[in-house]
Amino acid sequence: MSDTKAVNTTEEDIILKVEGLKKDFDDKHVLNGIDLTVKRGDIICVIGPSGSGKSTFLRCLNCMEDPTAGHIMFDGEDLADMSVDINVHRQNMGMVFQHFNLFNNKTVVQNIMLAPVHTGKKAFRKLKEKSGYKSVAEIKEKAQKEAMELLKRIGLEEKADVYPSTLSGGQKQRVAIVRALAMKPKVILFDEPTSALDPEMVGEVLDLMRDVAKEGMTMIIVTHEMGFAREVANRVLFIDEGKILESGEPAEFFGNPRNARLKDFLSKVL
Amino acid sequence: MGDFAQKWDRFLKYFIEYGGYKRVQEGLKNTLIIAVLGLLFGILIGTLIAAVRVMPKYKRLPRILNGFCSFYVGFFRGTPMVVQLLLFYYVLLPIIGVKISSVQVSVLVFSLNSGAYISEMMRAGIQSVDPGQMEAGRAVGLSFGATMTMIVIPQAIKNILPTLGNEFIALIKETSVVSFVGASDLYVAFNYIGSNSYEFMVPYIVMAMIYIVMVVIITILIKLTEHYFAKSDRRK
Ligand SMILES: Nc1ncnc2c1ncn2[C@@H]1O[C@H](COP(=O)(O)OP(=O)(O)OP(=O)(O)O)[C@@H](O)[C@H]1O
Ligand SMILES: [Mg+2]
Repeated sequence: MSDTKAVNTTEEDIILKVEGLKKDFDDKHVLNGIDLTVKRGDIICVIGPSGSGKSTFLRCLNCMEDPTAGHIMFDGEDLADMSVDINVHRQNMGMVFQHFNLFNNKTVVQNIMLAPVHTGKKAFRKLKEKSGYKSVAEIKEKAQKEAMELLKRIGLEEKADVYPSTLSGGQKQRVAIVRALAMKPKVILFDEPTSALDPEMVGEVLDLMRDVAKEGMTMIIVTHEMGFAREVANRVLFIDEGKILESGEPAEFFGNPRNARLKDFLSKVL
Repeated sequence: MGDFAQKWDRFLKYFIEYGGYKRVQEGLKNTLIIAVLGLLFGILIGTLIAAVRVMPKYKRLPRILNGFCSFYVGFFRGTPMVVQLLLFYYVLLPIIGVKISSVQVSVLVFSLNSGAYISEMMRAGIQSVDPGQMEAGRAVGLSFGATMTMIVIPQAIKNILPTLGNEFIALIKETSVVSFVGASDLYVAFNYIGSNSYEFMVPYIVMAMIYIVMVVIITILIKLTEHYFAKSDRRK
């Protein structure tokens, strides 16, 4: 199943283009040729059975796993090419994990500021005044201000100076999401962001994601929350055995699934 | 016990009136310099080696570095400290024509030696940190090195503080071998007092007490440091 709407899309709208993506772990074929075109503002939900390769697919996009074959075109470069500076591209491609992965040795506000300050400092050392900053202190100040604004947005500004171990799961995941936002990425990848949460905390995280989606962020979300996918996504993908078996707009995808395995899968989870 | 009182007086005489305390001071200073610098440089070296050892190995440079580190750790863990001191002082440094004092050689060898041991502790410490921490750092665009230094190593050090403390205590005690290359440590100082006063009992008892007091103080310092590092576990 390839992308049905790719034909009437202009080049500038395309943020990410995946072609023939394959991933083997030793002799185990986990991804068997995935093609996907992602446009600015797309909210793509990825569903599929356990072990089908959803996480591996997502992790190949920002090269947390190095693809075995294929191309990942992003910002005019092929991320699958080992010679690109992947760290620069990852600054434009946020990631939110199932287990939050907040930095345990940093306070909440430091978690959010860390990467912006680090990349700001790096640019300042290289470009000096041309980086747009006058001093390292200014970089920190700006990052801190933005971090506090993000915390205010999720209603956690009074938690700025505590360590992550003191937060609830829902709070941790919301901080992790704004930590990704702080880098002002072009795309954010979510790998089952609500799967590790107690049921009563799922709502607050989905609400924030809905909010981020409304602002026009491009998002690729692996999820088991079918209701959320149906409501928020503009495209849903079904992955099984490392292939996209079906892809479409949510109404059609859930209302009139064609692939037999998708039908079977939906009958089990819905 | 009258005998002991006599010995004690004799010791005090040599310790204070004949200036033995100056040698003890000097010895204590050297012992501390060698142990403290050995620990600090050891942490530095050990951390670097541990980072090399946990680096992804599909590129050529990490593999070469890793081979070198294995050799280094193997050598320093596989030979006694005295042998290393003698080798450096009488063989290696003369061959390459470097002239440094025996205290400096001791600091060098203690650093290299503790670096080898600490690298193994640090590796275990790094492996005990949730891999998700490294992933999160890499995912926001930090390099392997930056994530290691800012995120993983601080957590690893926190995890291995008790073992680092033990290493420090071991280093303090092991300084008693530096006299082999002519550095004056506590042992040399008390031995000097003993041989001049023809009385070894009290000097050696006092020497043992000084070692014990140092170890107790260090143990307390470790506890305080652990408490400080535990702040990220505390609720606020
Ligand atoms: N690092 C790895 N080494 C070897 N095999 C792996 C590795 N990571 C994943 N796999 C295998 O690849 C397959 C796909 O795993 P993946 O985590 O992508 O599945 P998933 O669709 O995300 O499943 P789930 O819904 O359970 O999260 C699984 O069989 C898994 O065992
Ligand atoms: Mg998964």
